[in-house]
Amino acid sequence: MKHLYAWGAVACIVLTSTAGDVLLSRAMKQVGDVAELRRRSGLAHVLGRVLRNPNFVLGILAMAIAFYSMLFGLSWADVSLVIPAATSLTFVTNAAAAKIFLHEHVDHRRWLAALFVACGVILLAL
Amino acid sequence: MTFRKYLVLAGVAVFAVTGDSLVSRGMKQVGGISLHHLSDIILVVFRPEIALGVLFLLAFFACYMAALSWADLTYVLPTTSVSFILLTLVARFVLHENVSLARWLGVLMISIGVGFVTQGPALTPQPRRRESHERLAAPVSARMEP
Repeated sequence: MKHLYAWGAVACIVLTSTAGDVLLSRAMKQVGDVAELRRRSGLAHVLGRVLRNPNFVLGILAMAIAFYSMLFGLSWADVSLVIPAATSLTFVTNAAAAKIFLHEHVDHRRWLAALFVACGVILLAL
Repeated sequence: MTFRKYLVLAGVAVFAVTGDSLVSRGMKQVGGISLHHLSDIILVVFRPEIALGVLFLLAFFACYMAALSWADLTYVLPTTSVSFILLTLVARFVLHENVSLARWLGVLMISIGVGFVTQGPALTPQPRRRESHERLAAPVSARMEP
């Protein structure tokens, strides 16, 4: 039963952190290179710009749900299973989500990487 | 890619591993949390080890946000492959968890997979950005046309 709970937590982490990653990535692209912005306008301006972005706020909300799912997962299973499984599955779903929602150029190298990661996850679950 | 940018990517990996390990160690002390006592999951963040872990995860988050401002999501994520190796080492030698050969092999495959990605460019040129570059490259008379 604990195994079922742990994988349920992993599924929840994957879904919410993918949504969070896509939203945060979109927000940071809208903000622009933070190092350059900080040099030009100062840290307060950068922070204000980031915190006022609606995608950032929604992304944080999704990440908070992912974090608490991770805490549940860690209380039911080993860290060497929960963290790599959730993070690497998130990597695969992120590749698809980045192509669909962020229009990133996900070439054969990146898809091949997703396949390797998926195989790695299966090995982790053995 | 500048040295500073590589440093930010290294920060993503190292802070994530340290934060995850501290939180994991704290959660092991807490033990299994029942779904009937949901308030416990909120209160655990005030335990010293978990609070320190959260601080490291905040540092990870700052580096992650900085990296996402100048690179693709599918480029930044592979940096976590270093985390898989570090995390397995920490799980085995610090947390004394049992890490099987299959899991080591899994970690290796994940690291090889994400290694492919880092060979490509860091950022996909966006259509709007490409358009503006094309407009700038065009003769002035063409740029003035509606």
